[in-house]
Amino acid sequence: MAVPLLQVHDLAKSFRGVQALQDYRLELGHRELIGVIGPNGAGKTTLFNVLTGVAPATRGRIVFNGQDITRATPDAICRAGIARTFQNIRLFRRLSVLDNVRIGLQAHGRNRLHEVVLRLPGFATQERRLEQQARELLDMLDLAEYAGVQADTLPYGLQRRLEIAIALATRPKLLLLDEPAAGMNPAEAEALMRLIARLHGEHELTIILIEHNMRVVMGVCQRIQVLNYGRLIAEGSPEAIQQDPRVLEAYLGVAA
Amino acid sequence: MKRLVPLIPIAVVMGLAGLAQSALNDYYQRILAVIAINVILAVSLNLTNGYSGDFSLGHAAFMAIGAYTSAILTLPVRMKAVVLPDLPPWLGQVELPFAVAVVIGSGLAALVAFIVGIPVLRLRGHYLAVATLGLMVIVQVIALNWQPFTRGARGINGLPPFTTLLWAYGWMLVTIAVIWRIVHSSFGRAMMAVREDELAAACRGVPIFRTRLLAFVCGALFASIAGALWAHLITAITPSSFSFLITFNVVAMVVIGGSGSITGSVIGAVLMTLLPELLRRFETALAIGGQPLYGLSQIVVALMMLGVMLFRPQGLMGRRELPEVLAAMGIGVPTRPSRVEAAGEKTAQAQTPG
Repeated sequence: MAVPLLQVHDLAKSFRGVQALQDYRLELGHRELIGVIGPNGAGKTTLFNVLTGVAPATRGRIVFNGQDITRATPDAICRAGIARTFQNIRLFRRLSVLDNVRIGLQAHGRNRLHEVVLRLPGFATQERRLEQQARELLDMLDLAEYAGVQADTLPYGLQRRLEIAIALATRPKLLLLDEPAAGMNPAEAEALMRLIARLHGEHELTIILIEHNMRVVMGVCQRIQVLNYGRLIAEGSPEAIQQDPRVLEAYLGVAA
Repeated sequence: MKRLVPLIPIAVVMGLAGLAQSALNDYYQRILAVIAINVILAVSLNLTNGYSGDFSLGHAAFMAIGAYTSAILTLPVRMKAVVLPDLPPWLGQVELPFAVAVVIGSGLAALVAFIVGIPVLRLRGHYLAVATLGLMVIVQVIALNWQPFTRGARGINGLPPFTTLLWAYGWMLVTIAVIWRIVHSSFGRAMMAVREDELAAACRGVPIFRTRLLAFVCGALFASIAGALWAHLITAITPSSFSFLITFNVVAMVVIGGSGSITGSVIGAVLMTLLPELLRRFETALAIGGQPLYGLSQIVVALMMLGVMLFRPQGLMGRRELPEVLAAMGIGVPTRPSRVEAAGEKTAQAQTPG
């Protein structure tokens, strides 16, 4: 069997004694697309925060692409190849859409300071390359016409898509999507589903998807993990999860 | 041809500086030199306070480092024997050209900023502001007590008056050019990303600490140049020359001009230097009952600052730069992000909690 892209062992995160996540484990192969679901406060976003170094793990080990990233900083983890979106959308609000994507692209291939100050040929080449790549990405996500627009004036659905564009700009191997369909209408959610499927298929990305919209989760995920109170309570195919009594209980309560 | 366009304003500024240097009297020359120095200070402070979003109050400290370094290095050996007799011999015997001393001073200030920045830039917001203020106090105390090098509270006087308008405006142009280039590059975008949302920037691969440190060190480097120019303009420095008052003035220039706009810093510096000077004339002219209205100029300037903050809190320029303003008037190409009109009912405010 091939070496997994991501291995998470015995992961735990506590905030001042509150166990937000415990005994979490995951083996994620290249090009897998899994979903993480669970009621509000189950620890899903905490999981992403720990994986991306935003909230370092209290216990456990994360190995990504053969590299131990448990204690790495968020920017190092990003450059190692894990990108994420945020549940509550975090754009560089007052910058242009183009600049937002360029900042993502800069994760790889920045100029050196002397090239910038002396405006050496390397600077112009690099800036041209960044702009061209940024425009290609915007094109791919149907955002091209908004390149010059200030990010926080985009409609909500487009802001979500821009977040994905910035995440893709960092050239990830693993993409973590935190409730990308939140606040979307059915048509937008449908389009998002197609986009996720396309990223997974054409762009050979490995994806972890946190989502409340069950149509989206069940529609695209190959495997689903269910969290409740910071613990993994079930894992399996969408069909198995839908019938798992523990999952039904977590969502609906115990049948009388 | 297009590459040569930026050279036109440079040639114009230097030409005018040269002309002013030969045609104007000392009073006007000094005001013009102070303007150039203040532009250097404001533009360099803008790197941290405007672009990377770190509110620093330590600018006067780096000015002092530049001023004292340049003073010690350029003071004629003959005078050093009298003014600073206790300098170590290797310093007592040197007498360097102005430009070399300025460069050494800026290197020293950058080094200090680097060393101080490593612990201090772990702080944010108000804490950082207070910590950088502490740095200013430390530098002042050192200047006050390191007698062999600084002559303590008496300060160093009789400095060679090297700061001509050509030097002042030359360094000003260098400052603007270098900072403009840094800001309009991946480094500048990284700084703005940190300012807009530090966590999001980190998750998108921006090296947060390095980016903030770069802004801080660069700002210090140019503040030091301004300090050296100041020293050789006034020809005398004391520890109290580099006090909170200067920092306050420069912060006001940046805020009034517009944090995050180099053009704004230039305008802020020019206004905040010229206005008090112009208004001072009215203090004696507008006498009430034979009593001159001393202090009127400060009151008027303070009221104007209040007005700007009330009616244009983003500063006169906001975050716009001259080329964008020209573009808006139909000259050149637009670069500023536009806004989506009628973004309508579904904006980012409609978030789901969770």
